[in-house]
Amino acid sequence: MRVKFHQSLDELKERLLVMAGMAEQAIQRSIEAYRTRDLSICELVLRSEPAINRLEREIDQMALDLLAMEQPMAIDLRFILSVIRINADLERVGDQAVNIAIRVREMGAFANIDLPVDIPKLAEMASAMVRKALQAFIEGDAEMADSVFDMDDQVDKMNDAAYYALSTLIKEKPELTPQSLNALIIARNLERVGDHATNIAEDVIFWVRGADVRHHAAS
Amino acid sequence: MGVGIQVEDLNAWYGSTHTLQDINLHIPANHATALIGPSGCGKSTFVRCLNRMHETNPIARATGVVKMGEIDIYREASPVEIRRRVGMVFQRPNPFPTMSIYDNVISGLKLNGFRNRRILDETVERSLKQAALWEEVKDDLKKKSGASLSGGQQQRMCIARALAVDPEVLLMDEPASALDPVSTSKIEDLIFQLKTQYTIVIVTHNMQQAARVAENTGFFLNGKLVEFDSTHKIFTNPRDKRTEDYITGRFG
Repeated sequence: MRVKFHQSLDELKERLLVMAGMAEQAIQRSIEAYRTRDLSICELVLRSEPAINRLEREIDQMALDLLAMEQPMAIDLRFILSVIRINADLERVGDQAVNIAIRVREMGAFANIDLPVDIPKLAEMASAMVRKALQAFIEGDAEMADSVFDMDDQVDKMNDAAYYALSTLIKEKPELTPQSLNALIIARNLERVGDHATNIAEDVIFWVRGADVRHHAAS
Repeated sequence: MGVGIQVEDLNAWYGSTHTLQDINLHIPANHATALIGPSGCGKSTFVRCLNRMHETNPIARATGVVKMGEIDIYREASPVEIRRRVGMVFQRPNPFPTMSIYDNVISGLKLNGFRNRRILDETVERSLKQAALWEEVKDDLKKKSGASLSGGQQQRMCIARALAVDPEVLLMDEPASALDPVSTSKIEDLIFQLKTQYTIVIVTHNMQQAARVAENTGFFLNGKLVEFDSTHKIFTNPRDKRTEDYITGRFG
């Protein structure tokens, strides 16, 4: 039995879950900042980014060490490859939170108006995707990971609707262009969060089933 | 050129111990096939059944069919004929210590009655070149004994000796387990080249080695062939849980 190696895999999983918690918190805070227009929350998000980046490097190094020193096979090899990919996606989720915080800060210079887009609802949907993909990772449940793909379609539709509503508003009321453009970019950031959740779900399926389902590839 | 090996319902015993049970598989020609499994799982017994070495033990016996190409080796060929067609390389290099490098390489040919000096010279050069040893020993062929070479060189000389009789199949039972990483790498490079001309079956405990050199891999456990598939499949996503537990170290 390779006890030490399997303990190291458990440690790697735990570190990734810490990373996931930080990325999720950053998204939640950025949306809270949007909802309340509280610039101090924007600062919190921006300040959390270096810690997420540091943890990304730390997890990559742990994974690299295990690949080099333990030469894993089969499900262990797939697990480590999945962790490396999920780690990169979580770091990008953190980047999306930072982008949203920057947009919210810019919106602070303009009047807070009602826009024809429900950003908190879109954020809730995208966050739910991330949570479900991570739950599938925690439980090693490929079927749960499968269910994330349907949620992505809904997020894409909400983003398309936001694009249509906000571009129409820009045409009709050009004076609201700055607020509308920022909201449009935030919707796009959240749609990207959904895409990262989809990637994470694909990686869980690769780990558990050994099937590459990226880009609708049949394994 | 190598030939394919068809194994049907192969069973083997040492006394009353049933060491191989109902083995069926096809080893393709001109490919390297790796056999992995824990100690005592039957993989070495299996290899020894492929050149009828198993039956040299008085308490051992085997039943079933092993076909090399079209020839049923247990019914249509003598053990001597089979061992000419099937070369074998063992875990530890086994040079004849009192013989020169030259005589070591041609010992099998001499045993088969070859005496023509020109043919023997050509065979020594060809075999040592195939074994990637020629450049290192060409000036000392008759001056140095086989035992004076380094461990890695001795093993390549033993490979040259096996190749000298122009076999169709090369069996290797942990050929690099006693060698340092550089010598191991040379043996692996050699296997990679030789498999274009010979059918190679390699028993190894080193799974990375199996992954590097073999197109197909079989996993043995308790005398049974649990899984046989492409090496890629075995090491990335095996079908059988027992294979996965073994290669990921969750075994035992």
